[in-house]
Amino acid sequence: MKPLGRTTCIAIALLLACFVISVFALRRLDHIRKAATVQEVLYISSPKALKWLSLGYDGLLADVYWTRAVQYFGARHFLGSHDYELLAPLLEITTGLDPHLTVAYEFGANFLAPKPPYGAGMPQQAIQLVNEGIRDNPNVWKLYYNLGFIYYTELKDYPKAADAFARGSKVPEAHPFLRIMAAQMAQHSGELQMARMMWTTAYESTTDRDIRANALAHLRALQVDEDITNLEKLISIYREKTGHLPLSFSELQTAGMLSDMPVDPLGHPYKLVPGGGVQVRDPEELPFIEKGTPPGYVPPSPKFLPSD
Amino acid sequence: MSSRIAHIAANTFREAVRDRVLYNLIAFALLMSGAAILVGQISIGIERLVVVNLGLTAVSLFGVVIAIFIGIGLVSKEIEKRTLYTVLSRPVRRWEFIVGKFFGLAGTLVVNTFFMAIGVFAALLYVSHGFEKADGWILVAVYFIILQFLMMTAIALLFSSFSSPLLAAVFAFSLFVIGSFAEDLRGFAAMAQGVSRWAATGAAYLVPNFSSLNVISSVAHQQGATPQLIFANSLYALVYTAMALSGAVLVFERRNLK
Repeated sequence: MKPLGRTTCIAIALLLACFVISVFALRRLDHIRKAATVQEVLYISSPKALKWLSLGYDGLLADVYWTRAVQYFGARHFLGSHDYELLAPLLEITTGLDPHLTVAYEFGANFLAPKPPYGAGMPQQAIQLVNEGIRDNPNVWKLYYNLGFIYYTELKDYPKAADAFARGSKVPEAHPFLRIMAAQMAQHSGELQMARMMWTTAYESTTDRDIRANALAHLRALQVDEDITNLEKLISIYREKTGHLPLSFSELQTAGMLSDMPVDPLGHPYKLVPGGGVQVRDPEELPFIEKGTPPGYVPPSPKFLPSD
Repeated sequence: MSSRIAHIAANTFREAVRDRVLYNLIAFALLMSGAAILVGQISIGIERLVVVNLGLTAVSLFGVVIAIFIGIGLVSKEIEKRTLYTVLSRPVRRWEFIVGKFFGLAGTLVVNTFFMAIGVFAALLYVSHGFEKADGWILVAVYFIILQFLMMTAIALLFSSFSSPLLAAVFAFSLFVIGSFAEDLRGFAAMAQGVSRWAATGAAYLVPNFSSLNVISSVAHQQGATPQLIFANSLYALVYTAMALSGAVLVFERRNLK
Protein backbone atom coordinates (compact mmCIF):
# COMPACT_ATOMS: atom_id res chain seq x y z
CA MET A 1 0.00 0.00 0.00
CA LYS A 2 1.22 3.46 -0.89
CA PRO A 3 2.57 5.27 2.21
CA LEU A 4 0.82 8.46 3.26
CA GLY A 5 2.54 11.51 1.84
CA ARG A 6 2.73 14.96 3.40
CA THR A 7 -0.07 16.32 1.19
CA THR A 8 -2.33 13.36 2.03
CA CYS A 9 -1.78 13.87 5.77
CA ILE A 10 -2.52 17.59 5.47
CA ALA A 11 -5.65 16.83 3.40
CA ILE A 12 -6.89 14.33 6.03
CA ALA A 13 -6.25 16.80 8.85
CA LEU A 14 -7.95 19.60 6.92
CA LEU A 15 -10.92 17.40 6.06
CA LEU A 16 -11.48 16.42 9.70
CA ALA A 17 -10.96 19.96 10.99
CA CYS A 18 -13.35 21.35 8.38
CA PHE A 19 -15.98 18.75 9.26
CA VAL A 20 -15.82 19.66 12.96
CA ILE A 21 -16.00 23.39 12.19
CA SER A 22 -18.87 22.82 9.74
CA VAL A 23 -20.86 21.02 12.47
CA PHE A 24 -20.31 23.96 14.83
CA ALA A 25 -21.23 26.44 12.09
CA LEU A 26 -24.38 24.48 11.32
CA ARG A 27 -25.41 24.39 14.96
CA ARG A 28 -24.82 28.13 15.13
CA LEU A 29 -26.97 28.55 12.02
CA ASP A 30 -29.75 26.50 13.59
CA HIS A 31 -29.61 28.76 16.63
CA ILE A 32 -29.65 31.95 14.56
CA ARG A 33 -32.51 30.81 12.36
CA LYS A 34 -34.56 29.58 15.31
CA ALA A 35 -34.15 32.90 17.12
CA ALA A 36 -34.86 34.95 14.02
CA THR A 37 -38.01 37.01 14.26
CA VAL A 38 -38.63 36.87 10.54
CA GLN A 39 -42.32 36.29 9.96
CA GLU A 40 -42.94 32.69 9.04
CA VAL A 41 -44.83 32.29 5.83
CA LEU A 42 -45.97 29.18 4.06
CA TYR A 43 -45.24 30.15 0.51
CA ILE A 44 -47.17 27.22 -0.94
CA SER A 45 -50.14 26.56 1.30
CA SER A 46 -52.29 24.58 -1.10
CA PRO A 47 -52.13 20.78 -0.58
CA LYS A 48 -53.40 20.34 -4.15
CA ALA A 49 -50.56 22.44 -5.59
CA LEU A 50 -48.02 20.57 -3.48
CA LYS A 51 -49.45 17.22 -4.53
CA TRP A 52 -49.03 18.26 -8.12
CA LEU A 53 -45.49 19.54 -7.50
CA SER A 54 -44.50 16.33 -5.71
CA LEU A 55 -44.57 14.45 -9.05
CA GLY A 56 -46.26 11.48 -7.44
CA TYR A 57 -43.94 11.32 -4.42
CA ASP A 58 -46.71 12.71 -2.24
CA GLY A 59 -46.20 10.13 0.51
CA LEU A 60 -42.63 11.25 1.08
CA LEU A 61 -43.62 14.90 0.94
CA ALA A 62 -46.38 14.20 3.48
CA ASP A 63 -43.76 12.73 5.82
CA VAL A 64 -41.62 15.82 5.35
CA TYR A 65 -44.54 18.12 6.16
CA TRP A 66 -45.56 15.94 9.11
CA THR A 67 -42.04 16.31 10.53
CA ARG A 68 -42.23 20.05 9.93
CA ALA A 69 -45.57 20.26 11.78
CA VAL A 70 -44.20 18.38 14.80
CA GLN A 71 -40.99 20.41 14.81
CA TYR A 72 -42.93 23.65 14.44
CA PHE A 73 -45.24 22.86 17.34
CA GLY A 74 -42.43 21.46 19.51
CA ALA A 75 -40.15 24.46 18.99
CA ARG A 76 -42.92 26.99 19.69
CA HIS A 77 -44.21 25.01 22.67
CA PHE A 78 -40.71 24.95 24.12
CA LEU A 79 -40.47 28.74 23.78
CA GLY A 80 -43.86 29.09 25.53
CA SER A 81 -45.41 30.70 22.47
CA HIS A 82 -49.11 31.51 22.26
CA ASP A 83 -49.05 31.72 18.48
CA TYR A 84 -49.35 28.54 16.44
CA GLU A 85 -50.59 30.18 13.27
CA LEU A 86 -48.95 27.69 10.91
CA LEU A 87 -49.95 24.49 12.73
CA ALA A 88 -53.33 24.17 11.00
CA PRO A 89 -52.02 24.75 7.44
CA LEU A 90 -49.08 22.40 8.06
CA LEU A 91 -51.42 19.64 9.21
CA GLU A 92 -53.84 20.33 6.36
CA ILE A 93 -50.99 19.98 3.85
CA THR A 94 -49.77 16.80 5.55
CA THR A 95 -53.16 15.15 5.49
CA GLY A 96 -53.94 16.54 2.04
CA LEU A 97 -50.80 14.82 0.72
CA ASP A 98 -51.44 11.61 2.65
CA PRO A 99 -55.07 11.33 3.82
CA HIS A 100 -54.28 8.06 5.61
CA LEU A 101 -51.62 9.49 7.94
CA THR A 102 -53.94 9.16 10.94
CA VAL A 103 -51.33 10.29 13.47
CA ALA A 104 -51.53 13.77 11.93
CA TYR A 105 -55.28 13.97 12.63
CA GLU A 106 -54.67 12.76 16.19
CA PHE A 107 -51.95 15.34 16.66
CA GLY A 108 -54.30 18.02 15.35
CA ALA A 109 -57.05 16.99 17.76
CA ASN A 110 -54.65 17.05 20.71
CA PHE A 111 -52.71 20.22 19.96
CA LEU A 112 -54.75 22.29 17.53
CA ALA A 113 -57.86 22.46 19.71
CA PRO A 114 -56.63 23.31 23.27
CA LYS A 115 -56.23 26.92 24.28
CA PRO A 116 -52.71 28.45 24.22
CA PRO A 117 -50.11 27.83 25.55
CA TYR A 118 -51.07 24.13 25.47
CA GLY A 119 -52.30 24.28 21.90
CA ALA A 120 -53.26 26.56 19.06
CA GLY A 121 -56.75 27.38 20.41
CA MET A 122 -58.41 26.48 17.10
CA PRO A 123 -61.09 23.88 17.97
CA GLN A 124 -63.11 24.52 14.79
CA GLN A 125 -60.08 23.85 12.56
CA ALA A 126 -59.34 20.76 14.65
CA ILE A 127 -62.90 19.52 14.16
CA GLN A 128 -62.69 20.17 10.42
CA LEU A 129 -59.37 18.30 10.22
CA VAL A 130 -60.66 15.28 12.17
CA ASN A 131 -63.89 15.21 10.13
CA GLU A 132 -61.80 15.07 6.97
CA GLY A 133 -59.82 12.25 8.58
CA ILE A 134 -63.05 10.35 9.32
CA ARG A 135 -64.23 10.88 5.73
CA ASP A 136 -60.99 9.37 4.38
CA ASN A 137 -60.55 6.73 7.11
CA PRO A 138 -64.07 5.73 8.22
CA ASN A 139 -62.83 2.57 9.96
CA VAL A 140 -60.36 4.23 12.32
CA TRP A 141 -62.18 4.45 15.67
CA LYS A 142 -59.52 6.73 17.17
CA LEU A 143 -60.64 9.55 14.88
CA TYR A 144 -64.25 9.42 16.17
CA TYR A 145 -62.80 9.36 19.66
CA ASN A 146 -60.68 12.41 18.86
CA LEU A 147 -63.70 14.23 17.47
CA GLY A 148 -65.77 13.51 20.57
CA PHE A 149 -62.80 14.48 22.69
CA ILE A 150 -62.66 17.97 21.14
CA TYR A 151 -66.42 18.47 21.51
CA TYR A 152 -66.26 17.37 25.13
CA THR A 153 -63.08 19.05 26.39
CA GLU A 154 -62.97 22.24 24.37
CA LEU A 155 -66.56 23.04 23.41
CA LYS A 156 -68.57 21.23 26.13
CA ASP A 157 -70.96 20.21 23.36
CA TYR A 158 -72.26 16.98 24.90
CA PRO A 159 -74.76 15.94 22.18
CA LYS A 160 -72.13 16.18 19.44
CA ALA A 161 -69.55 14.43 21.64
CA ALA A 162 -72.07 11.65 22.32
CA ASP A 163 -72.77 11.34 18.59
CA ALA A 164 -69.05 11.08 17.76
CA PHE A 165 -68.42 8.43 20.44
CA ALA A 166 -71.55 6.49 19.40
CA ARG A 167 -70.44 6.45 15.75
CA GLY A 168 -66.93 5.40 16.80
CA SER A 169 -68.25 2.57 18.98
CA LYS A 170 -69.81 0.97 15.88
CA VAL A 171 -66.45 0.77 14.09
CA PRO A 172 -64.91 -2.73 14.15
CA GLU A 173 -62.32 -3.20 16.92
CA ALA A 174 -63.31 0.08 18.58
CA HIS A 175 -62.13 0.60 22.17
CA PRO A 176 -64.90 -0.60 24.54
CA PHE A 177 -64.73 2.72 26.42
CA LEU A 178 -66.33 4.46 23.48
CA ARG A 179 -69.74 2.94 24.13
CA ILE A 180 -69.56 3.98 27.81
CA MET A 181 -68.40 7.44 26.86
CA ALA A 182 -71.30 7.83 24.46
CA ALA A 183 -73.74 6.86 27.23
CA GLN A 184 -72.13 9.17 29.79
CA MET A 185 -72.10 12.03 27.33
CA ALA A 186 -75.80 11.59 26.85
CA GLN A 187 -76.22 12.05 30.61
CA HIS A 188 -73.20 14.37 30.81
CA SER A 189 -72.66 13.26 34.35
CA GLY A 190 -69.67 12.06 36.32
CA GLU A 191 -67.29 14.68 34.93
CA LEU A 192 -64.18 13.43 36.72
CA GLN A 193 -64.63 9.78 35.81
CA MET A 194 -65.44 10.77 32.26
CA ALA A 195 -62.34 12.90 31.94
CA ARG A 196 -60.19 10.13 33.42
CA MET A 197 -61.63 7.60 30.99
CA MET A 198 -60.97 9.88 28.04
CA TRP A 199 -57.38 10.66 28.97
CA THR A 200 -56.72 6.99 29.71
CA THR A 201 -58.02 6.09 26.26
CA ALA A 202 -55.89 8.84 24.74
CA TYR A 203 -52.84 7.48 26.57
CA GLU A 204 -53.48 3.85 25.65
CA SER A 205 -54.50 4.32 22.06
CA THR A 206 -51.44 6.11 20.70
CA THR A 207 -47.72 5.58 20.39
CA ASP A 208 -47.01 9.26 19.76
CA ARG A 209 -44.74 10.43 22.57
CA ASP A 210 -46.13 13.98 22.73
CA ILE A 211 -49.74 12.83 22.85
CA ARG A 212 -48.93 10.23 25.54
CA ALA A 213 -47.04 12.78 27.64
CA ASN A 214 -49.90 15.24 27.35
CA ALA A 215 -52.45 12.58 28.36
CA LEU A 216 -50.31 11.50 31.31
CA ALA A 217 -50.00 15.08 32.54
CA HIS A 218 -53.79 15.43 32.39
CA LEU A 219 -54.29 12.14 34.24
CA ARG A 220 -51.91 13.31 36.98
CA ALA A 221 -53.75 16.62 37.20
CA LEU A 222 -57.10 14.82 37.53
CA GLN A 223 -55.63 12.68 40.30
CA VAL A 224 -54.42 15.77 42.17
CA ASP A 225 -57.77 17.51 41.81
CA GLU A 226 -59.59 14.44 43.12
CA ASP A 227 -57.09 13.91 45.99
CA ILE A 228 -57.38 17.52 47.11
CA THR A 229 -61.17 17.48 46.97
CA ASN A 230 -61.21 14.35 49.15
CA LEU A 231 -58.58 15.66 51.58
CA GLU A 232 -60.40 18.95 52.04
CA LYS A 233 -63.61 17.04 52.73
CA LEU A 234 -61.80 15.02 55.41
CA ILE A 235 -60.39 18.19 56.96
CA SER A 236 -63.87 19.67 57.06
CA ILE A 237 -65.25 16.55 58.77
CA TYR A 238 -62.33 16.63 61.25
CA ARG A 239 -63.09 20.26 62.05
CA GLU A 240 -66.75 19.47 62.67
CA LYS A 241 -65.77 16.63 64.99
CA THR A 242 -63.01 18.37 66.96
CA GLY A 243 -63.88 22.04 66.60
CA HIS A 244 -60.46 22.95 65.23
CA LEU A 245 -58.44 22.48 62.07
CA PRO A 246 -55.70 19.85 62.01
CA LEU A 247 -52.12 21.18 62.12
CA SER A 248 -50.81 18.26 60.08
CA PHE A 249 -52.00 15.17 58.24
CA SER A 250 -50.72 13.03 61.10
CA GLU A 251 -53.62 14.34 63.22
CA LEU A 252 -55.99 12.91 60.60
CA GLN A 253 -54.06 9.64 60.76
CA THR A 254 -54.29 9.59 64.55
CA ALA A 255 -58.03 10.19 64.27
CA GLY A 256 -58.22 7.16 61.96
CA MET A 257 -59.34 9.22 58.97
CA LEU A 258 -56.22 8.60 56.88
CA SER A 259 -54.22 5.41 56.63
CA ASP A 260 -51.10 6.84 54.98
CA MET A 261 -49.43 10.17 54.45
CA PRO A 262 -51.12 11.56 51.31
CA VAL A 263 -48.81 12.05 48.33
CA ASP A 264 -49.34 13.49 44.85
CA PRO A 265 -48.93 11.35 41.67
CA LEU A 266 -45.23 12.25 41.58
CA GLY A 267 -44.77 10.88 45.11
CA HIS A 268 -44.39 14.24 46.86
CA PRO A 269 -46.40 14.74 50.09
CA TYR A 270 -49.27 17.21 49.96
CA LYS A 271 -48.95 20.31 52.14
CA LEU A 272 -51.57 21.24 54.72
CA VAL A 273 -51.77 25.02 54.83
CA PRO A 274 -53.29 27.26 57.53
CA GLY A 275 -57.02 27.64 56.95
CA GLY A 276 -57.50 23.98 56.11
CA GLY A 277 -56.41 24.12 52.51
CA VAL A 278 -54.26 21.53 50.77
CA GLN A 279 -51.53 22.36 48.28
CA VAL A 280 -49.08 20.45 46.11
CA ARG A 281 -45.40 20.86 46.82
CA ASP A 282 -44.42 22.04 43.35
CA PRO A 283 -47.31 23.12 41.10
CA GLU A 284 -44.94 23.69 38.15
CA GLU A 285 -44.31 19.95 37.97
CA LEU A 286 -48.03 19.28 37.66
CA PRO A 287 -49.41 21.28 34.74
CA PHE A 288 -53.19 21.46 34.20
CA ILE A 289 -54.07 21.13 37.93
CA GLU A 290 -57.03 23.23 38.98
CA LYS A 291 -56.68 22.74 42.73
CA GLY A 292 -53.79 22.74 45.20
CA THR A 293 -51.98 25.84 43.98
CA PRO A 294 -51.04 28.79 46.22
CA PRO A 295 -53.41 31.81 46.06
CA GLY A 296 -52.66 33.99 43.02
CA TYR A 297 -50.55 31.29 41.38
CA VAL A 298 -50.08 31.83 37.66
CA PRO A 299 -48.93 28.70 35.84
CA PRO A 300 -45.81 29.31 33.76
CA SER A 301 -45.77 28.72 30.03
CA PRO A 302 -45.13 25.01 29.56
CA LYS A 303 -41.47 24.45 28.70
CA PHE A 304 -42.07 20.77 28.21
CA LEU A 305 -44.62 18.12 28.81
CA PRO A 306 -43.63 15.64 31.48
CA SER A 307 -42.35 12.59 29.69
CA ASP A 308 -43.89 9.23 30.26
CA MET B 1 2.74 27.69 -6.00
CA SER B 2 0.08 30.42 -6.24
CA SER B 3 1.10 31.27 -9.81
CA ARG B 4 0.67 27.62 -10.85
CA ILE B 5 -2.80 27.52 -9.29
CA ALA B 6 -3.64 30.83 -10.97
CA HIS B 7 -2.51 29.50 -14.34
CA ILE B 8 -4.64 26.35 -14.03
CA ALA B 9 -7.59 28.47 -12.86
CA ALA B 10 -7.21 30.87 -15.79
CA ASN B 11 -7.02 27.98 -18.23
CA THR B 12 -10.13 26.37 -16.73
CA PHE B 13 -11.98 29.67 -17.02
CA ARG B 14 -10.86 30.09 -20.66
CA GLU B 15 -11.88 26.53 -21.45
CA ALA B 16 -15.34 27.05 -19.92
CA VAL B 17 -15.83 30.20 -21.97
CA ARG B 18 -14.62 28.36 -25.08
CA ASP B 19 -17.16 25.59 -24.26
CA ARG B 20 -19.85 28.27 -24.62
CA VAL B 21 -20.87 27.98 -20.96
CA LEU B 22 -21.72 31.65 -20.87
CA TYR B 23 -24.29 31.08 -23.61
CA ASN B 24 -26.68 30.26 -20.79
CA LEU B 25 -26.82 34.00 -20.23
CA ILE B 26 -28.78 34.32 -23.45
CA ALA B 27 -31.37 31.85 -22.20
CA PHE B 28 -31.44 33.67 -18.87
CA ALA B 29 -31.89 37.06 -20.55
CA LEU B 30 -34.76 35.71 -22.63
CA LEU B 31 -36.39 34.19 -19.55
CA MET B 32 -36.11 37.38 -17.52
CA SER B 33 -37.30 39.72 -20.26
CA GLY B 34 -40.19 37.40 -21.09
CA ALA B 35 -41.13 37.09 -17.41
CA ALA B 36 -40.87 40.85 -16.86
CA ILE B 37 -43.22 41.60 -19.77
CA LEU B 38 -45.61 38.80 -18.82
CA VAL B 39 -45.90 39.51 -15.09
CA GLY B 40 -46.41 43.19 -15.89
CA GLN B 41 -49.53 42.17 -17.77
CA ILE B 42 -50.98 39.36 -15.66
CA SER B 43 -49.90 39.93 -12.04
CA ILE B 44 -51.67 42.40 -9.82
CA GLY B 45 -49.53 43.76 -7.02
CA ILE B 46 -47.02 40.92 -6.97
CA GLU B 47 -44.93 41.76 -10.05
CA ARG B 48 -41.91 42.51 -7.92
CA LEU B 49 -42.36 39.31 -5.92
CA VAL B 50 -42.63 37.17 -9.04
CA VAL B 51 -39.61 38.75 -10.72
CA VAL B 52 -37.39 38.36 -7.64
CA ASN B 53 -38.53 34.78 -7.00
CA LEU B 54 -38.22 33.72 -10.60
CA GLY B 55 -34.98 35.61 -11.24
CA LEU B 56 -33.10 34.36 -8.18
CA THR B 57 -34.39 30.82 -8.59
CA ALA B 58 -33.18 30.84 -12.20
CA VAL B 59 -29.78 32.23 -11.14
CA SER B 60 -29.48 29.44 -8.60
CA LEU B 61 -30.60 26.61 -10.89
CA PHE B 62 -28.59 27.74 -13.91
CA GLY B 63 -25.48 28.00 -11.74
CA VAL B 64 -26.01 24.64 -10.04
CA VAL B 65 -26.46 22.93 -13.39
CA ILE B 66 -23.23 24.54 -14.68
CA ALA B 67 -21.35 23.69 -11.47
CA ILE B 68 -22.42 20.04 -11.74
CA PHE B 69 -22.03 19.47 -15.47
CA ILE B 70 -18.75 21.35 -15.85
CA GLY B 71 -17.44 20.27 -12.44
CA ILE B 72 -17.86 16.54 -13.10
CA GLY B 73 -15.69 16.75 -16.22
CA LEU B 74 -12.90 18.81 -14.73
CA VAL B 75 -10.72 15.83 -13.86
CA SER B 76 -12.17 12.99 -15.95
CA LYS B 77 -12.02 14.98 -19.17
CA GLU B 78 -8.34 15.78 -18.60
CA ILE B 79 -7.65 12.07 -18.06
CA GLU B 80 -9.67 11.11 -21.12
CA LYS B 81 -7.89 13.62 -23.34
CA ARG B 82 -4.58 12.69 -21.72
CA THR B 83 -3.83 16.37 -21.12
CA LEU B 84 -3.55 15.63 -17.41
CA TYR B 85 -0.27 13.77 -17.97
CA THR B 86 1.17 16.79 -19.76
CA VAL B 87 0.17 19.03 -16.88
CA LEU B 88 1.44 16.71 -14.16
CA SER B 89 4.73 16.07 -15.97
CA ARG B 90 5.51 19.73 -15.28
CA PRO B 91 6.30 20.95 -11.78
CA VAL B 92 2.62 20.98 -10.82
CA ARG B 93 1.43 19.07 -7.79
CA ARG B 94 -1.81 17.14 -7.90
CA TRP B 95 -3.42 19.23 -5.19
CA GLU B 96 -2.50 22.38 -7.06
CA PHE B 97 -4.26 20.96 -10.11
CA ILE B 98 -7.44 20.30 -8.10
CA VAL B 99 -7.39 23.69 -6.37
CA GLY B 100 -6.66 25.48 -9.66
CA LYS B 101 -9.56 23.69 -11.37
CA PHE B 102 -11.84 24.69 -8.48
CA PHE B 103 -10.93 28.37 -8.69
CA GLY B 104 -11.28 28.32 -12.47
CA LEU B 105 -14.85 27.03 -12.39
CA ALA B 106 -15.73 29.15 -9.35
CA GLY B 107 -14.51 32.22 -11.26
CA THR B 108 -16.64 31.26 -14.26
CA LEU B 109 -19.69 30.93 -12.03
CA VAL B 110 -19.04 34.26 -10.28
CA VAL B 111 -18.80 36.06 -13.64
CA ASN B 112 -21.91 34.26 -14.86
CA THR B 113 -23.80 35.15 -11.69
CA PHE B 114 -22.70 38.78 -11.94
CA PHE B 115 -24.33 39.11 -15.37
CA MET B 116 -27.44 37.22 -14.29
CA ALA B 117 -27.82 39.48 -11.23
CA ILE B 118 -27.70 42.49 -13.54
CA GLY B 119 -30.50 40.80 -15.51
CA VAL B 120 -32.60 40.38 -12.37
CA PHE B 121 -32.15 44.03 -11.40
CA ALA B 122 -32.97 45.12 -14.95
CA ALA B 123 -36.21 43.10 -14.95
CA LEU B 124 -37.03 44.49 -11.51
CA LEU B 125 -36.48 48.03 -12.72
CA TYR B 126 -38.74 47.34 -15.70
CA VAL B 127 -41.66 46.08 -13.60
CA SER B 128 -41.25 48.38 -10.57
CA HIS B 129 -40.09 51.52 -12.41
CA GLY B 130 -37.51 52.09 -9.67
CA PHE B 131 -35.62 50.48 -6.82
CA GLU B 132 -36.46 50.38 -3.13
CA LYS B 133 -34.05 50.22 -0.20
CA ALA B 134 -35.11 46.64 0.53
CA ASP B 135 -34.02 45.58 -2.96
CA GLY B 136 -30.47 45.69 -1.60
CA TRP B 137 -31.24 42.36 0.13
CA ILE B 138 -31.25 40.77 -3.31
CA LEU B 139 -27.47 41.21 -3.25
CA VAL B 140 -27.32 39.14 -0.06
CA ALA B 141 -29.39 36.42 -1.74
CA VAL B 142 -27.01 36.51 -4.73
CA TYR B 143 -24.05 36.26 -2.35
CA PHE B 144 -25.60 33.18 -0.70
CA ILE B 145 -26.22 31.69 -4.14
CA ILE B 146 -22.52 32.16 -4.96
CA LEU B 147 -21.65 30.39 -1.70
CA GLN B 148 -23.93 27.55 -2.79
CA PHE B 149 -22.05 27.38 -6.13
CA LEU B 150 -18.70 27.15 -4.34
CA MET B 151 -19.99 24.18 -2.37
CA MET B 152 -21.49 22.50 -5.44
CA THR B 153 -18.31 23.03 -7.46
CA ALA B 154 -16.20 21.42 -4.74
CA ILE B 155 -18.68 18.53 -4.45
CA ALA B 156 -18.71 17.96 -8.22
CA LEU B 157 -14.91 18.04 -8.23
CA LEU B 158 -14.81 15.52 -5.39
CA PHE B 159 -16.97 13.05 -7.34
CA SER B 160 -15.10 13.81 -10.53
CA SER B 161 -11.83 12.80 -8.85
CA PHE B 162 -12.86 9.13 -8.51
CA SER B 163 -15.84 8.28 -10.70
CA SER B 164 -17.06 8.48 -14.28
CA PRO B 165 -18.77 11.71 -15.43
CA LEU B 166 -22.21 10.09 -15.49
CA LEU B 167 -21.96 8.69 -11.98
CA ALA B 168 -20.39 11.91 -10.71
CA ALA B 169 -23.34 13.87 -12.12
CA VAL B 170 -25.83 11.53 -10.45
CA PHE B 171 -24.00 11.71 -7.11
CA ALA B 172 -23.61 15.48 -7.22
CA PHE B 173 -27.22 16.09 -8.22
CA SER B 174 -28.47 13.71 -5.53
CA LEU B 175 -26.41 15.51 -2.93
CA PHE B 176 -27.84 18.81 -4.13
CA VAL B 177 -31.40 17.53 -3.66
CA ILE B 178 -30.60 15.99 -0.28
CA GLY B 179 -28.82 19.19 0.77
CA SER B 180 -31.90 21.21 -0.12
CA PHE B 181 -33.86 19.11 2.38
CA ALA B 182 -31.05 18.97 4.97
CA GLU B 183 -33.12 20.69 7.65
CA ASP B 184 -35.88 18.14 7.25
CA LEU B 185 -33.27 15.41 7.51
CA ARG B 186 -32.21 16.88 10.86
CA GLY B 187 -35.90 17.02 11.78
CA PHE B 188 -36.21 13.30 11.06
CA ALA B 189 -33.05 12.67 13.10
CA ALA B 190 -34.50 14.56 16.06
CA MET B 191 -37.59 12.35 15.99
CA ALA B 192 -35.62 9.09 15.74
CA GLN B 193 -34.25 7.20 18.70
CA GLY B 194 -31.21 5.11 19.58
CA VAL B 195 -28.69 4.16 16.91
CA SER B 196 -30.84 5.41 14.04
CA ARG B 197 -30.91 8.84 15.69
CA TRP B 198 -27.09 8.98 15.79
CA ALA B 199 -26.79 7.69 12.23
CA ALA B 200 -29.37 10.17 10.91
CA THR B 201 -27.77 13.05 12.82
CA GLY B 202 -24.32 12.14 11.48
CA ALA B 203 -25.66 11.94 7.92
CA ALA B 204 -27.50 15.23 8.36
CA TYR B 205 -24.28 16.97 9.38
CA LEU B 206 -22.27 15.32 6.63
CA VAL B 207 -24.50 16.33 3.72
CA PRO B 208 -24.37 19.97 2.62
CA ASN B 209 -27.01 22.23 4.10
CA PHE B 210 -28.39 24.43 1.36
CA SER B 211 -31.57 25.37 3.23
CA SER B 212 -29.94 28.13 5.24
CA LEU B 213 -28.37 29.56 2.07
CA ASN B 214 -31.76 29.87 0.42
CA VAL B 215 -33.21 33.24 1.36
CA ILE B 216 -34.91 33.85 -1.97
CA SER B 217 -38.46 33.75 -0.61
CA SER B 218 -37.76 36.03 2.33
CA VAL B 219 -35.85 38.50 0.13
CA ALA B 220 -38.79 38.51 -2.30
CA HIS B 221 -40.93 39.51 0.69
CA GLN B 222 -38.41 42.29 1.43
CA GLN B 223 -37.13 40.63 4.57
CA GLY B 224 -33.42 40.87 5.16
CA ALA B 225 -30.77 38.66 6.72
CA THR B 226 -29.00 39.40 9.98
CA PRO B 227 -25.20 39.98 10.00
CA GLN B 228 -24.91 36.85 12.17
CA LEU B 229 -26.65 34.78 9.50
CA ILE B 230 -24.40 36.20 6.79
CA PHE B 231 -21.32 35.44 8.86
CA ALA B 232 -22.42 31.92 9.87
CA ASN B 233 -23.46 31.05 6.32
CA SER B 234 -20.15 32.32 4.94
CA LEU B 235 -18.19 30.35 7.51
CA TYR B 236 -20.20 27.20 6.89
CA ALA B 237 -20.02 27.40 3.10
CA LEU B 238 -16.29 28.09 3.05
CA VAL B 239 -15.50 25.36 5.55
CA TYR B 240 -17.69 22.85 3.72
CA THR B 241 -16.06 23.80 0.42
CA ALA B 242 -12.63 23.31 1.97
CA MET B 243 -13.77 19.93 3.33
CA ALA B 244 -14.99 18.73 -0.08
CA LEU B 245 -11.83 20.02 -1.73
CA SER B 246 -9.69 18.24 0.87
CA GLY B 247 -11.60 15.06 0.05
CA ALA B 248 -10.98 15.59 -3.67
CA VAL B 249 -7.26 16.19 -3.05
CA LEU B 250 -7.09 13.12 -0.82
CA VAL B 251 -8.65 10.87 -3.46
CA PHE B 252 -6.70 12.36 -6.34
CA GLU B 253 -3.38 12.14 -4.48
CA ARG B 254 -3.91 8.40 -3.95
CA ARG B 255 -5.31 7.72 -7.40
CA ASN B 256 -3.26 5.55 -9.75
CA LEU B 257 -3.09 7.44 -13.03
CA LYS B 258 -0.94 4.96 -14.91
